[in-house]
Amino acid sequence: MNELLLGLADDELVIGWRDSEWTGIAPMLEEDVAFSSIAQNEIGHARAVYQLLTDDPDALAFDRAPGEYRCAPLVELRLLDWAHTIARRWLYEVADEIRITALMEELPLAAKINREEAYHRMHAEMWHERLRDQPRFQAAVRELWPHALGVVLPEQRAALAARAGLDEVEAVERGVHTDDFVPLWEEMTMVRRSAPAGAQW
Amino acid sequence: MGDEQAFLEHVQGGGQVETGDWMPDDYRAKLVKFIEMHGNSELMGVLPEREWILRAPTLQRKLALTAKVQDEVGHAQLIYRVVEDLGKPREQCLADLVDGKAKFHNVFHYPTKTWGDVGVIAWLVDAAAIISQKALLKCSYAPYARIMKKICWEESFHILHGRDVILAMVTGTPAQFELVQEALNRWWGPLMQFHGNPIPKEEDPMYVWRIKSQGNEEARQQFLEGYVPQIRELGLEVPDPDLRRREDGVWEYSEPDWGELKHVVTGHGPRTEERLAFRRRFIDQEKWVRDAVLAA
Amino acid sequence: MIYEVFRQERKGQPFEHAGSVVAPDAEFAEAWAREQYGRRGESVALWLVPRDAIHGVEDWADEFDLKYRRVDGYSIKARLKEARERAAARPR
Repeated sequence: MNELLLGLADDELVIGWRDSEWTGIAPMLEEDVAFSSIAQNEIGHARAVYQLLTDDPDALAFDRAPGEYRCAPLVELRLLDWAHTIARRWLYEVADEIRITALMEELPLAAKINREEAYHRMHAEMWHERLRDQPRFQAAVRELWPHALGVVLPEQRAALAARAGLDEVEAVERGVHTDDFVPLWEEMTMVRRSAPAGAQW
Repeated sequence: MGDEQAFLEHVQGGGQVETGDWMPDDYRAKLVKFIEMHGNSELMGVLPEREWILRAPTLQRKLALTAKVQDEVGHAQLIYRVVEDLGKPREQCLADLVDGKAKFHNVFHYPTKTWGDVGVIAWLVDAAAIISQKALLKCSYAPYARIMKKICWEESFHILHGRDVILAMVTGTPAQFELVQEALNRWWGPLMQFHGNPIPKEEDPMYVWRIKSQGNEEARQQFLEGYVPQIRELGLEVPDPDLRRREDGVWEYSEPDWGELKHVVTGHGPRTEERLAFRRRFIDQEKWVRDAVLAA
Repeated sequence: MIYEVFRQERKGQPFEHAGSVVAPDAEFAEAWAREQYGRRGESVALWLVPRDAIHGVEDWADEFDLKYRRVDGYSIKARLKEARERAAARPR
């Protein structure tokens, strides 16, 4: 269970970090504001799950070596174009719903997260509807699909494929970080690492 | 059609103007330029801070900084809507901005180098801005005055956040204290230039039309009066040996470099080109999204 | 399309005009207005109205100055003073 939770928290942390990259540069100002809230919610979810695992969420979020993070490759990718970003958002929300609802029986926090995710899903669906006919969006979805499968457990992938309306293919599994992860980690931790452990910020 | 003299008396008497009202061409032109510059500033102000969102050293700081920058984007949205309702489309404002044809405030042309800058900007740059923004609550143009209310409300959390960042560092390690002092040393000049040169308000068209309700020097004095004591009580040094408060309450200071201010706001700041190019890149790259979505 | 946003700060209070968002349809307008006017818990409810649907009214004729139907059409001060003086002077 702890492995699962750490994976969940790391996914939310990293996708929240990636999504926060759009603050200030989203395609329209109204969307910029809305998208930033999603990023903040994700970081908030990560923090809440870390708090189940430790007294010091910041230590867990920042002070591990890159190899110790359990995030799925999907969330690590640097995707600074909107087609890929929305494709990822949409795929992630579909996958995450399956994962989160499966945890809800054992974990009250999962139910809480799920309620907030309802807005994320609405947002992702809204964009998916609008962009689904765009070739570049379809290409982005196809490209990220194997990564999306890696977000959920193998036994959950058939359900994911059904919900996404895509055929199940070989998943890009958790366990091996993408090339994008270490640069992300370096940037994410650079200020923190500049002071001795335990420094206050 | 209207009477310019009557309009002048109306606004100078505290009267307000709505979008559909007649207004002199000069008032409209100055209004649009002023409000557009504000919108541009909010949008460009995002870029120096955005880098640090990705580097924030705790989850709480990450959330607070993201929320602060989000507010600034939100302010840009509110402000450009006002400009659009006055007749200049948002796309045009953004095009003029990235083409270097429109201005934005001096402070957003400078680099940010450390987490110390993050604190100084959120605390002191926002403090300088909020002084101007509070004065705009009385703007003669009512739609703009109304959005200023929401903007001022949101800015109040920014200053608290900024001060908290600074406090954590000045009570942290000596190296952290130094980061703040060093950042303050770099930002003091631009901060002193921020409110503009001390043109008497009666000669400032923005004041004559009551678009601004406060002169530049008045704003700067308010800033010094409010914030120099707060800076000094932390043990930080304001890098101006000539800064002093007279018996009559007026602050004296070294003459700001008005040449630098002019040079910077006309598009020659240390980071101007780079940031405009960054913004242009994303505006161009995502044009297809606006075409796909907004063409309803 | 421009959607005007009206917000209610607390239950029971009037909806007040808060601003506007540019959106292709009501779904986007809702998603965006929620965040622009609610992310700090500053609103409990919003109304979103396409600008075109709003019918503005701004001038009235008041040619005949019909004060009888307004509060300012009644000046009772002088008569009230006199009535009080008379009542005070009445023998008991």
